[in-house]
Amino acid sequence: MIVSFKLNGEETTARVTGPLSLLDMLRDEVGLPGSKSACEQGECGSCSIVLDGELVCSCLVLAGDVEGSEVTTVEGVAGADVLHPVQEAMHEAGAVQCGFCTPGFVVAAVDLFESNPSPTTSEIKEALAGNICRCTGYGAIIRAFEQLAGRGT
Amino acid sequence: MTTKTTTRITPAKGGVGESPLRPDGVPKLKGTFEYAQDLHADQMLWGATTRSPHPHARIVSIDVGPALAIGGVHAVLTADDVPGRATFGLEHPDQPVLASDEVRYWGEPVAIVAAEDEPTARLAAAAVRVEYEVLEPNVDGDEAERRDDTFRRMRIRRGDQEVQGEVVVDGYYEVGMQDQAPLGTEAGLAIPDGNGGVDLYATSQFVHVDQEQVVASLGLRPDQVRAHPTGIGGAFGAREDVNLHIHLCLLALYTGKPVKMVYQRSESFTGHVHRHPARMWYRHHANRDGTLIRVEARVVIDGGAYASTTAAVLANACYFSVGPYRCDSVSVDGVGVRTNNPPCGAMRGFGAVQVCFAHEAQMDKLATELGIHPLELRRMNALTTGDHMPTTGQLIETPLPTREVIDSLEAMPIMDDGPPDDVTQLPGGTGLTTEPGDVKRGVGYALGLKNLGFSEGFDDFAQARVRLTEEGAIVETAAIEVGQGLVSVLAQIARSGLGLSRAVVKHVDTSRIESAGSTSASRQTQVSGGATLEAATKLRQRILDAHGGDDLNDSGVWRGGELVVGIEELAEAGWEETVTFRHPPTYAPDEDGQGVVHADFAVAGHRAVVDVDPDLGLVKVHRVDTSQDVGRALNPESIRGQIEGGIMQGVGLAIMEELVIEGGVIKNPNFTDYLLPTILDAPDVEALLIEEDGSWGPFGAKGVGEPPTISSTAAVAAAIRDATGRPVTRVPVRPQDIAIG
Ligand code: FES
Ligand code: FES
Repeated sequence: MIVSFKLNGEETTARVTGPLSLLDMLRDEVGLPGSKSACEQGECGSCSIVLDGELVCSCLVLAGDVEGSEVTTVEGVAGADVLHPVQEAMHEAGAVQCGFCTPGFVVAAVDLFESNPSPTTSEIKEALAGNICRCTGYGAIIRAFEQLAGRGT
Repeated sequence: MTTKTTTRITPAKGGVGESPLRPDGVPKLKGTFEYAQDLHADQMLWGATTRSPHPHARIVSIDVGPALAIGGVHAVLTADDVPGRATFGLEHPDQPVLASDEVRYWGEPVAIVAAEDEPTARLAAAAVRVEYEVLEPNVDGDEAERRDDTFRRMRIRRGDQEVQGEVVVDGYYEVGMQDQAPLGTEAGLAIPDGNGGVDLYATSQFVHVDQEQVVASLGLRPDQVRAHPTGIGGAFGAREDVNLHIHLCLLALYTGKPVKMVYQRSESFTGHVHRHPARMWYRHHANRDGTLIRVEARVVIDGGAYASTTAAVLANACYFSVGPYRCDSVSVDGVGVRTNNPPCGAMRGFGAVQVCFAHEAQMDKLATELGIHPLELRRMNALTTGDHMPTTGQLIETPLPTREVIDSLEAMPIMDDGPPDDVTQLPGGTGLTTEPGDVKRGVGYALGLKNLGFSEGFDDFAQARVRLTEEGAIVETAAIEVGQGLVSVLAQIARSGLGLSRAVVKHVDTSRIESAGSTSASRQTQVSGGATLEAATKLRQRILDAHGGDDLNDSGVWRGGELVVGIEELAEAGWEETVTFRHPPTYAPDEDGQGVVHADFAVAGHRAVVDVDPDLGLVKVHRVDTSQDVGRALNPESIRGQIEGGIMQGVGLAIMEELVIEGGVIKNPNFTDYLLPTILDAPDVEALLIEEDGSWGPFGAKGVGEPPTISSTAAVAAAIRDATGRPVTRVPVRPQDIAIG
């Protein structure tokens, strides 16, 4: 089947065969490999995207179900040559190591800051509890967003 | 202390000591950085692997017919299709590329397929019909040892074996099997070159050794196989061994098409080696005044079905079994057994983690017995420069600031602010199961010691090339960036060595540069960094000599305050320098385990503060403070990243991360059941870096990747003991160990 949806602000169509996940469709059919696959079962947040205003794990969404929906991926949070403030904050805090978790954190944090521009440290942690990072130990990620929330030291 | 003249740091923006923004930060943040998972080639096929569902079985027959009959399947290969060496292995090639007569662990590859898309490839892999005669798996380490089914035995005897201390403490300790769980699973793409050769782009920590193993098993000439450094999502030891590399190249050459393979998470858990589970028996002798008199230890690690690096991990466990303490009478017996459990090999800390948990528990036991503060006992016995390693007897010539680590750790304010107000930060977490009033707080300390670089006579070298181009200086290397920040630090070293502010790292394939060795053993900053510094300083000198200059900077070569050659002209001249760097030689030990076995050492200490719910057996690690010997901090922010990340993995091993193996089968090969620390588990971390001149690394730098993981586990365990009074003789600590004891 063919699904039509709005991807990062642009009308998009993609071919879907079988029980393809939205994540696999984005990566393999649409050619947007920014969303990462690391657990295929909703545990790591590497595949986080925003679907009709909701932060979701795209590995758990069936591609066929996004017909008529709006999807934002990491590729869509900022223009081609600019960084979103969330990305800038992570860059400056040294919150990126291998970077495999990074797109998921970016999407989840953009979602957090859109609804709450100055989250407390607890709110930051709670909002990002579904994203696993194996490299940083989270310290630099927390500092990045405390800084962005205007709470940094 | 050694008197080595440390190379002068030539002032350059973005040089050593700074923390410049990561050059790969923007693409990683924007999702455009290319990982092995993201590779694509025209006409590409997808590969998949048929794996054994049994930990031990005889293969009666393999029928590839049903798989080949599926539309879109291009190849189904078995052991018979391996043209060259049938086996591979990092140290001993004992592991079949594809099992032929027998499978020896759960998940062992038996066949590989290539098909037009990924679902078809997986379907075909499942359709390969393998008839097994199931055999009893040997999963009992004692039994394996009795049968002498071992990868290596270690025997260390140092000093008078008859001495006894006035106080003796015994202990038995266990460490479970931890997984590296790098966030990116194994992935790769092999592209046939049309002339019988192949280019491999795959997850790796060591492309040259992958290349050698592909060459051997495919029966090709070395120049026919090129392994390319490729973007990877973490490593932590899991990518030292070959897994899909030979398979991909076999399929690509057989089909004549590019073949891509990506392991799913469950497959990844069987697709790489794990941290060895360990059992350790200890006896420490001390005098009443606290002097350590004698340490006796027996260490048994389970290597699983194939050798991987078990022999080296076992040796490391034995060499570091005493920790950073002086002791003149030591007896250590170690064995790495072979079973039908999952193969184990390298993981951050490489044997030192397991024994650290045990020797630190013993030091605390001694401290209690003697009525001495745990840090005081450690300070009294601190191993330092000029001492001899308690195990090997090696004279420690490079700086080893154990005492400074202890003193600074002690001096750090404890910030013991009581249990947090935020109830979600209590042991029960967001489950809100913990009553704040029940929480018991505990504080624990631990020190860990680790070798840096390869040991025991291994020829440990790295090649790097520094070139001047229009883009600035380029450092060419095959050393793998695993996330640690190699691409930053090598560029910083080049800038400081050259005196130029523009430098970038470019990865090149195995045909264009010699090996940089593995990105492991905390070694790349020292070894590839050493090669980069030497190449940069030599190049600077050659340029100055050629032009009679007295300074080189971003404008060009200067003489007596006048610019004599512009930087563009230098770039056009094609200046380059290639250096192979070797660290000081090491040697295999004698039959008593004695000798100059290691090139350098690093020490670190951790202080953990935990909150425990004693009724539910739940633990929240509140904070972990640390002091670490780093030689020279070349990039303080990257070091902090290594420290925080390493501590988190150490905390994971202490309280939650364990592969559960039953009868050789992994029961929790997924992220739902293999628990990884989340941001809610992250302790606050305060880190002090102890800097001292004299190590042979560039500008005196030491490797920093592993020490954070070594003693953090032991410190958390000590803090749990402090909070609960329970013995905590096993990690990960399970709720029942705390609630029931
Ligand atoms: S890949 Fe979707 S949550 Fe892990
Ligand atoms: S940076 Fe590697 S997983 Fe987060």
